[in-house]
Amino acid sequence: MSDLNAHVVIIGAGHAGGTLAALLRQYGHTGLISMVGDEPIPPYQRPPLSKAWLKGEADADSLALRPLAFYGEANIDFRPSVRAVKLERSARKVHLSDGSELSYDVLVIATGARAIALPIPGADLKGVLSLRTAADAEALKAQVGPGKQLAVVGGGYIGLEVAASGRALGAEVVVLERETRLLARVANEVLSEFFRDYHQQRGVKFELGASVTGFEGVDGHVSGVKLADGRIVPCDAAVVGVGVIPNDELAADSGLETARGVVVDLEARTADPHVFAIGDVAHRPMPIYGRMFRMESVPNALEQAKQAACAITGRPAPTGEVPWQWSDQYDLKLQIAGYAFDVDEIVVRGDPASGKFAVFHLKGDQLQSVEAINAPPEFMMGRQLIGNRKPIDKAKLADPTVSMKEVAA
Amino acid sequence: MAKITYIQFDGTETVIDVKPGLSVMEGAVKNNVRGIDADCGGACACATCHVFVDPAWLDKVGQKSAMEESMLDFAENVEENSRLSCQIPVTEALDGLIVRLPESQH
Repeated sequence: MSDLNAHVVIIGAGHAGGTLAALLRQYGHTGLISMVGDEPIPPYQRPPLSKAWLKGEADADSLALRPLAFYGEANIDFRPSVRAVKLERSARKVHLSDGSELSYDVLVIATGARAIALPIPGADLKGVLSLRTAADAEALKAQVGPGKQLAVVGGGYIGLEVAASGRALGAEVVVLERETRLLARVANEVLSEFFRDYHQQRGVKFELGASVTGFEGVDGHVSGVKLADGRIVPCDAAVVGVGVIPNDELAADSGLETARGVVVDLEARTADPHVFAIGDVAHRPMPIYGRMFRMESVPNALEQAKQAACAITGRPAPTGEVPWQWSDQYDLKLQIAGYAFDVDEIVVRGDPASGKFAVFHLKGDQLQSVEAINAPPEFMMGRQLIGNRKPIDKAKLADPTVSMKEVAA
Repeated sequence: MAKITYIQFDGTETVIDVKPGLSVMEGAVKNNVRGIDADCGGACACATCHVFVDPAWLDKVGQKSAMEESMLDFAENVEENSRLSCQIPVTEALDGLIVRLPESQH
């Protein structure tokens, strides 16, 4: 039911929405494309916000996916600083926060996710920040510098990236983590310990197993983080990075199925043939793992933008991908392929102390995921092995003198 | 500005004036030139901005880092003149640069 003249309305102007708009034009879509975003600027890359951008190594121009002029030239009706407030599927209409409404032939929900705010006293003090948007990053950048005390609540990837950037800017950094190890939800112990040591050697302090109960303030500005054991960790700013929740209310309120994310099929389409959902907000099938879940990554946003663009313009669907993501901290490049579902064995290849190693997660003799530190061959070949489901020779895999090409042969 | 010619796999040429400071990858992506995916946005993490540098320009675009070399080693259809275009910073000296794009980045 593709129609190159259909009016496509994209709700959300993040990495997924912005990429979809451009892909539709690349794929020959001639109909009107409207893209509604609640931020004042056109789609940009979020990953540098905690890294290059925070450290002042990237500017707004390099952050933007494409310059603002592109949208006009490509006949994309980009509406900044506007939110969708209600979806009326029976009338194929979406109501916007500026009081206007948009009729659509195809609607794409690309509303992303928002940072979880801690429901504790003092969370509304100035200087208690989250990091999701360019505006968040701007506020954080203003608070971080030589001699400043930065408290990071949450020892996940965002928290650790902020910690590394904070140190690069000369700030004193303490990371407060509720679990007894870092990256507890997303990585295994080998990686947790490696990152803890690497950060400690670069001056980051850690409080693990620390429950944050509130923020203290002076004159309305945060001055410390209160822990359950009564201690107060002094700070000039606190960054809270404890996860996100999908912005799926627009879909749920319109009667679409949600499961911590909008439920879609392999084309990124919901049960309503006129409505798609892509990116961080989508709960999608992942055939190589035989299950559905929601991912928070740029490659996921790109893949789903491709799926939706193909479905909307009548192209064959992209071949299934192996999900992946990355993190940069100091001189470390972490590349992750796959997800560690149903894992019964871990193989570590290389010595973590060398700063170059990989952790492979296996289910039987099949590779489910790999986390590679400064180890592109392990990442690239691991990604391939996850996709083709080849049985793995674990002895070869564990032996760094056997090349990854040979392991994958 | 540096004039860079991007030649698609099907022979289509696009000439773009790229601001020094951007990368050869950014010059393409920000101007909606097809054929360079650049999934990671320039972090040298994905090898989806693979280009073939015109042999006459190979010396002028600089050396590959160990990380780039290693990523390219595992990309598809790699040649002697393969580079990851996110790792080539544009300077005035690259005015006239010609790069060819592979059939696919995946």
